[in-house]
Amino acid sequence: MFLKDYISEVVNGVSSLLKGMRKTGYYFAHPKEIITEQYPDNRATLLMSERFKGEVVMPHDENNEHACTGCTACELACPNGTIKVVTKFEVSPEGKKKKAIDALVYRLELCTMCNLCVVACPSDAIKMAPNFEHSVFDRTKLTKVLNQTGSKIREGIE
Amino acid sequence: MFSLEGITTNVQDWLFMKFNPTLALAIECVIVILLAISLFAILGLVLVLMERKVAAHIQIRLGPNRVGPGGMFQTVADTLKLIMKEGLVPDMADKFLFNLAPFVVMMVGMLLLAPIAFAKNFQIWDINIGVLYISSVSSLSVIGILMAGWASNNKYSLLGAMRSGAQIVSYELSAGFAVLTIVVLTGSLQLSEIVNAQQNGWWIFKGHIPAVIAFVLYIIAVTAETNRAPFDLAEAESELTAGFHTEYSGMRFALFFLAEYINIFIVCAIGATLFFGGWMPLHIGNWEAFNHIMDYIPSSVWFMGKTFFLIFLIMWFRWTFPRLRVDQLLNLEWKYLLPISLFNLLLVAVIAILGWHF
Repeated sequence: MFLKDYISEVVNGVSSLLKGMRKTGYYFAHPKEIITEQYPDNRATLLMSERFKGEVVMPHDENNEHACTGCTACELACPNGTIKVVTKFEVSPEGKKKKAIDALVYRLELCTMCNLCVVACPSDAIKMAPNFEHSVFDRTKLTKVLNQTGSKIREGIE
Repeated sequence: MFSLEGITTNVQDWLFMKFNPTLALAIECVIVILLAISLFAILGLVLVLMERKVAAHIQIRLGPNRVGPGGMFQTVADTLKLIMKEGLVPDMADKFLFNLAPFVVMMVGMLLLAPIAFAKNFQIWDINIGVLYISSVSSLSVIGILMAGWASNNKYSLLGAMRSGAQIVSYELSAGFAVLTIVVLTGSLQLSEIVNAQQNGWWIFKGHIPAVIAFVLYIIAVTAETNRAPFDLAEAESELTAGFHTEYSGMRFALFFLAEYINIFIVCAIGATLFFGGWMPLHIGNWEAFNHIMDYIPSSVWFMGKTFFLIFLIMWFRWTFPRLRVDQLLNLEWKYLLPISLFNLLLVAVIAILGWHF
């Protein structure tokens, strides 16, 4: 009985080791499985995953309109004060005052890409973009205004 | 046909013609020393690069590919860097032993080179107790490692050296028994005779299953003896930073690093000699035509091919298996490898006495 257990233990051990070696041997013999991206060389053809969180951007449509209502939910959600929403009041043709953003200031150097602002946004005005080449020589260039100049809020978003 | 034997006899004849025998012998010694040192240097460069490339491909990476075509000169650049680096000796270290240790480890590697047959009749010293010589000298490397661990005045180093000592002393046994199986089959300790006995087939084929078991035991035991993963407890990075060579830097570190790879080459060369026929081409029984075709491949190519195959096997182990704990390491040796190798030796003795091998 003892001998049977002993031998089956040895056989189990060896076969499980061989299983592992078959996997690594397969990878060794199949160089097309290599997942290394030779980054600076393949910059033109580099494919970044859509879900990669590189920076916060505000998408604008062809009429230079965005979906930000200036509710400051993102500013409140941000754990380290990366976003500052500067609001203004727009007067509509009917004479009604409406809150809108003057500038959505985003400080990339403080951002940890935690995605909380994107989750908090009620109108899906901001999202994460997969850009990662952020190095600049001047720190002030990292402070960005996300809404484009002359842009306004899209019709129908409250 | 290319053969190293022709070159060596030509050189010897020329030397003995030009000089008196004593001087000729002295010159031959110098040539052998230079060849051994250059072999070490080349092996160090090639094996480190091979290890990095094999590791990369197994882990679905590319590995070094910037210096030279396909990263060929990466290790040359690394060596250059190591030569330039400052060799720091820690304060309170035993300076003499600290400086001596890497050379002791290297010297063991050089001594082990002597009885290895690199090609047909191309051997530094065809000693008649070759196998015994190898197993006795290879256990000396533990002295160098213990020396390094003790002299560094560092607890990581000391722990690593002690582990290495326990490991080498244990695994020497099963490596010895695995080697003994081939000695029992051949009936000789001389490496050239062991190779010649494999004229009609390598021992791994001729010796049935016991020879295969002995080969598996040998490769496990020497992986442990050379302190390589999965048995790299002596330098376990995550526990002991770098084990016995934590305090070493610059050229002294490079010597330890080189010695590791030289030891791998040597144990693989011995494994190839014992189980795969050394320089002997692949012969199958009495298929004359096939054997003649195989003879056209130079014996040095056969030897290097087999050795590098075994080195690849050991590298494959390293990049596949996780590291063992100390208790698992000793369990494996004393509860599994040693009883199996004893039983296996008994089986081989029966086979050899009854003449059941081919």
